[in-house]
Amino acid sequence: MIADAVGRLYREGSGRILATLIRLLGDFDLAEEVVQEAYAAALEQWPDEGLPCNPRAWLVQAARHKAIDRLRRRTRFAEKIEELAAMQALEEPAGEREDPALRDDQLRLIFTCCHPALAPEAQVALTLRTLCGLSTEEIARAFLVPTTTMAQRLVRAKHKIREAGIPYRVPPPELLSERMDAVMTVVYLVFTEGYAATIGETLIRRELCAEAIRLARLLDALLPDRAEPPALLALLLLHDSRRAARTTPDGDLVLLEDQDRTRWDHAQIAEGLSLVERALRRSPPGPYALQAAIAAVHARAPRAADTDWRQITALYALLLQRFPSPVVALNHAVAVAMSEGPAAGLRLLDSLAARGELSSYHLLPAARADLLRRLGRDEEAAAAYREAIKLTTNAAERRFLERRLAETDDAAHHSGAKRRP
Amino acid sequence: MEYMLLIYGSEKERASMSEAQRGEIFGEYRAFTDAIVKSGHFKAGAPLQASSTATTVRVKGGKTVTTDGPFAETREQLGGYYLVEAKDLDEATAIAARIPGARFGSVEVRPVLAMALPR
Repeated sequence: MIADAVGRLYREGSGRILATLIRLLGDFDLAEEVVQEAYAAALEQWPDEGLPCNPRAWLVQAARHKAIDRLRRRTRFAEKIEELAAMQALEEPAGEREDPALRDDQLRLIFTCCHPALAPEAQVALTLRTLCGLSTEEIARAFLVPTTTMAQRLVRAKHKIREAGIPYRVPPPELLSERMDAVMTVVYLVFTEGYAATIGETLIRRELCAEAIRLARLLDALLPDRAEPPALLALLLLHDSRRAARTTPDGDLVLLEDQDRTRWDHAQIAEGLSLVERALRRSPPGPYALQAAIAAVHARAPRAADTDWRQITALYALLLQRFPSPVVALNHAVAVAMSEGPAAGLRLLDSLAARGELSSYHLLPAARADLLRRLGRDEEAAAAYREAIKLTTNAAERRFLERRLAETDDAAHHSGAKRRP
Repeated sequence: MEYMLLIYGSEKERASMSEAQRGEIFGEYRAFTDAIVKSGHFKAGAPLQASSTATTVRVKGGKTVTTDGPFAETREQLGGYYLVEAKDLDEATAIAARIPGARFGSVEVRPVLAMALPR
């Protein structure tokens, strides 16, 4: 019972406690060690002494004392003035009334972990390690790299924070917008890492999505005046709401149009929809707000046939105009195919392919194949499916494309006899 | 903290600039240097002669080997430096972004390893 409570507190609260200790100590490694020790002490003492009335304050206090002990031992050997100053800070009383400060500590930690001077993969790893309390092994498994590689990545990042003087603070107003982008990107990367891949360990991937949603929620609570967090949170909630319907029990992909929409998480959709409305009231809407608005149109359609493709096309056109990227152009072309017919979509895809920007992206030939198939050009469709299969690295997607290819090949053999509408 | 700001740029591009352009950039450098001297960030700094004047020295097995040119041939060459005092990396990168050379090439920001000097 107590062990469960400690485990839950660790998952939910270790990031907050760690954030405070990092501020007090100015040292990621020392902070991590004493927070671990504080939780270990809790596991030892709470079963006898009972749950303290404020477990979090107890843990912060215990970690402080561990830190003071360690620094005393250290300073006996080397008299370091900064450490004495840190100790003074540690002697100040803790308590629940510190809450606003605790919140600021978390915010500082987010901005430090997502500092653009760190490599993107290091930003993601550090965020999962410190803010989400995932272990190095768990993060390594999620990103399919050896634990030693992940451990080195974390050590290097913490070393750079210390030696290069990456500040532990919330950026000043003139830097905030730029830094918000970096933070949003990290949260989004954590989510897509958990969402896109349907192979590997399902549990850890689900956890990544849950952590991304938790981080987006936290950012929304910590920075209530910013437009980006509710938009990102809405986008993540709406995508995640389809989780149960996205794959078959065997892990095969189910296309949006074929999903059993009764299996969508409707409570999550309701929350997502109200957040989208809040995000869209800000003008001009940012990239996450527009993507969330698109996800909201899908979420509002009770059946695939009810989807308002005109609205989706208009939203993609706006997204493309304001935040152009080849992937957005691809999605826009697919939406045009749905609202104006496959031939119109195919024209856009062909001009995109001619620009050569997405030459290694499997979804471009996959989308072309689908439109060619619908136009009854089965042989060209089969060739495009083959190209997509060659480019995909995801097993579930490969199986899906191979199924489609088999159907198309079949149709190509019988072509002339019957054309699909 | 002290940071070394290493200014890299293409010497070929610089050579193709007009006299007027070079004069303008020189003026920008002077204004920038004056500003960081006044704000107390400046510790040292200078432009360097072209990499064609560089000599590389190695000592191998007790023998000094001297060769012509920089250590490696690259598209951008080290063209100058500033040593600045800044409170953290954000302040150092903000100073680096104001160096005129950052618009033409790149500026590498390196924290100086603090060491006690022998008395």
